[in-house]
Amino acid sequence: MKMLKIELLTACAIGAMTVATPAFAQDKSVSVVHYWTSGGEAAAIAAVKEAFEAQGGTWIDQGVAGGGGDGHDQVLRSRTLAGDAPGAAIPKASDAVEWANAGYIADLEAVAAENKWDQNLPAAFLPSLKVDGKYIAIPLFVHRFDTMYANARLLAENGIEMPATWDEFNTAADRLLAAGITPLAHGGQSWQDEILFEAVVMGVGGADFFRKALVELDQEALRSDAMLKSFDQFRRLRGYVDANFSGRDWNLASGMVANGEAAFQIMGDWAKGEFSAAGLDLGREILCSGSPRNTPEGFSYVVNSLSFFTKQPNQHQATPGQELLAKVLLEPEVQLAANLAKGSVPALTGLDLSTYDQCSIDTAGFLAAADADGKLVPSVQGGTVNVASVRGAVIDAATAFFNSDMSSEEGVTMLADALQNATE
Amino acid sequence: MATDTITGHARAPKFPWVPVLLYLTLGVLAFIFIMPLAVMVLTSVRPLEEIRTAGIIGIPQHVTFDAWGTAWNEACIASVCEGLQPYFRNSLAIAVPATLLSTILGAVNGYALTKFRFRGADTLMVLIILGCFLPLQAVLIPAAQTLSSLGLANSVFGLILIYAVYGLPFTTLFFRNYYVAVPDEIVRAATMDGAGFWRIFTQIMLPISWPIFMVSVVFQFTGIWNEFLFGVSFSTGASQTVTVALNNLVNTTFGVKQYNVDMAASLIAALPVLILYLFVGRFFVRGLTAGSVKG
Amino acid sequence: MTKKEGIAPSGLARSFDWAGLRRYLPAWFAVAPSLAALLVFVYGFALWTAYISLSASKMIPDFTFVGLRNYQRLWGEDRWTVAATNLVTFTVLYVGVTLAVGLLIAILLDQKVRLETPLRTIFLYPAAVSLVVTGISWKWLLNPGTGIEAFVRSLGWDNFVFDWIIQQHTVIFAVVIAAVWQQAGFVAVLLLAALRGVDGEMVKAARLDGAGPVRTYWSVIIPAIRPAFISAFVLLVAFALKTFDLVVAMTAQGPGYASALPSTFVYDMAFQRNQLGIASAGAVSILLFAAVIVLPYVIWEFRKTDGH
Repeated sequence: MKMLKIELLTACAIGAMTVATPAFAQDKSVSVVHYWTSGGEAAAIAAVKEAFEAQGGTWIDQGVAGGGGDGHDQVLRSRTLAGDAPGAAIPKASDAVEWANAGYIADLEAVAAENKWDQNLPAAFLPSLKVDGKYIAIPLFVHRFDTMYANARLLAENGIEMPATWDEFNTAADRLLAAGITPLAHGGQSWQDEILFEAVVMGVGGADFFRKALVELDQEALRSDAMLKSFDQFRRLRGYVDANFSGRDWNLASGMVANGEAAFQIMGDWAKGEFSAAGLDLGREILCSGSPRNTPEGFSYVVNSLSFFTKQPNQHQATPGQELLAKVLLEPEVQLAANLAKGSVPALTGLDLSTYDQCSIDTAGFLAAADADGKLVPSVQGGTVNVASVRGAVIDAATAFFNSDMSSEEGVTMLADALQNATE
Repeated sequence: MATDTITGHARAPKFPWVPVLLYLTLGVLAFIFIMPLAVMVLTSVRPLEEIRTAGIIGIPQHVTFDAWGTAWNEACIASVCEGLQPYFRNSLAIAVPATLLSTILGAVNGYALTKFRFRGADTLMVLIILGCFLPLQAVLIPAAQTLSSLGLANSVFGLILIYAVYGLPFTTLFFRNYYVAVPDEIVRAATMDGAGFWRIFTQIMLPISWPIFMVSVVFQFTGIWNEFLFGVSFSTGASQTVTVALNNLVNTTFGVKQYNVDMAASLIAALPVLILYLFVGRFFVRGLTAGSVKG
Repeated sequence: MTKKEGIAPSGLARSFDWAGLRRYLPAWFAVAPSLAALLVFVYGFALWTAYISLSASKMIPDFTFVGLRNYQRLWGEDRWTVAATNLVTFTVLYVGVTLAVGLLIAILLDQKVRLETPLRTIFLYPAAVSLVVTGISWKWLLNPGTGIEAFVRSLGWDNFVFDWIIQQHTVIFAVVIAAVWQQAGFVAVLLLAALRGVDGEMVKAARLDGAGPVRTYWSVIIPAIRPAFISAFVLLVAFALKTFDLVVAMTAQGPGYASALPSTFVYDMAFQRNQLGIASAGAVSILLFAAVIVLPYVIWEFRKTDGH
């Protein structure tokens, strides 16, 4: 088996040499379509770009800002179908699978083998990064979705500890409500509603249930009692947000926690950047932890990765620039610098994170532990595993439930039916 | 007044209800219309710290134009920190030719189909005008593939073509409604004198068309300048249009929102169109009057 | 008012004559390029979309024929039902209210008011501002926490409520407000121009017949500016069907998906959810909706001018 792999690699390498003309070999430019355009993200990208160019590459930046990458996905599709695919882009891993099936993903196995990616990446990530055993997505950032932030002063004033379980959370929230404080800062946009829902399912049902219901889409789990209880808790949270939550941007919700207008926010770990920017000390003024959970386990992640495209389908040959960039992406220094800037944690394991803030160090610790005991689950919305139609169905159901007065039973049925539809 | 004397009541001058009501209504409407702009302008001159503490809507305590400077030539768009200023040229290079092209073709269509009503002319007109209603989200992918087969993918000419073609239904509609009201006798008389199709167009129709020309130009220029969907799909990096760059500046989901810079950038991006309106708005009305409905 | 339009194709329609051909040939040639472009970019693409709506396409086009399955799934989606209902509500209100407000402004400005130029500029400028910007500023203004409600309350009316934008049942009306604000001035200017063009003699005659100002406007002046109304109507319907950026910037389709429109649905399905087939089925449905409201009107209008 191993022999065969080496032979294939050699064949690839020879192929590369014969195809590449000398002039072409000098050209190590890669155009990169991405949506990491704001503050910390841009700094993270700059770190990658710098390392890439220091090694002789040319980074042609083609950032498209906006809403979790909708603009990016659209640009990537228009351009690829027009025969003008960018050298690299950052589709969600599940979308990269579809691009790979359509034949547009460049082959990077030579780089992967040379740099021992298989050994250096968390085992749980690998299936989602590969199609037919070949890398289709190179992981750069890892974010945790199920995190919670709290205003330390508000908690102290009301005699509240950082709640670990949903029961504790509810007790704390009721006390805050009685004291006239908004317990939960939330922005009523569908994707934020859905993040809240995911955190609730993880907390109420546990990591294994989360995987069975929302990743494997098991109908029995979707219609189970645990799901019903999740919807009950989700409904309860609706009573903990303020009246004006609709349409609020997530960072304004973070602002409410920072200003002491609200006590908690449940949001992915990118919210950290917002608190640091407001000049608050993470771990002291702003407390962070996993979102409440009834069993102390589980970690819902998204891997942000780059995929490398070929202009024509089924021509898998990567350009020298693409190979170089792929190699650079998984260099320890690059991973450390880029993730430090973005507030995420590196995809590579075993790095020294002493320069990171306490919240990130904790996150990396939980990540390693969850990977070890098999409780690492891909977030639905992160799209590392779930395909787009499934993500959409869960988002629709969560937001429709949260913004109406549906019963939990109706919620369960709606979600299960929608997922049945989406996977037909 | 006359009636007053006739009825014999010695009245004080009558309270001018009609004008007061007129100006009051106009005043209220004007206030409503100016409010969003006022909010934007006020936000753009407040320091970020003040917005953060006092809320998004409010009267500035400190007036500063820093945000305008930042938006113009410092703000980072993707990894390029030169503000909006480099992207104006791209937008102009696309909007000006596309506007002129669609306006001229629209004029030709309107003229040909109203003054030379050959068999099927009205059907053609309906076919052209129905193009107004095509939802552009639906045609993005075939448009991408067509541009690529024409060799125009990722080029300025591709966008010019797209904007010109999708503007045609509107410009044709404008000119149709204008030319319909131009007496046919003019064309008939010119034909008698031996003038051909193009001579009548250039020497008789065009000179009286400038008002609707203005309308069409303003309409098209506004639409193209502000267009986002095709802009983002077919222009990238350094070649992106101002509206796309503005989106890249404003619509960053993660990170700190600089509301003052966002608003200043929005105003700067809208400035060329606003100026066009200020200049041309006058001709708009005066001009439209000249040729229109005196049938 | 009778209209004499076009050079009547007398004779040409019935018997072939070379003189006629000579006269109409340049017109044909002149229209041909536009026609060819539109045949491809509008009708060709519409057909493509119609075919895709019957195919198994997911992320990228796939020409496997699946019949009406996408339509079944489309109309089984609650989100689409909400979007389609919203489109009807939105189109009717937006077109109706914008025409009404536009006409009101036009008539007011036509009363030889002072400061007409600055006033006109104020009413017109929203049309110059992109929908993204419109959406953001109206989002702030209509949000009860930051905007008008908070402002009025700060003046002492503590029970004042204006929270359309956060209620599922009223959010679409909030979107209508912003959309009307954007286009009413443009419509007003179109109509004002037409009003100025109305034959003064005709108005005088009506006055002499004893018609009051309201009567005069209703039965003489407004019918006289019908072509301008048609332009405005067509433009507004087209805008209504294409409204997209406004909703995205203003409500992000929320609360929930209560302010989704078919255009946002189509975009989401095509580019966010990799359901090109369903997206195309949605697009075709929009086209059919457009045809239903616009075609009768357009055909009626052209038939009428045809009749000389």
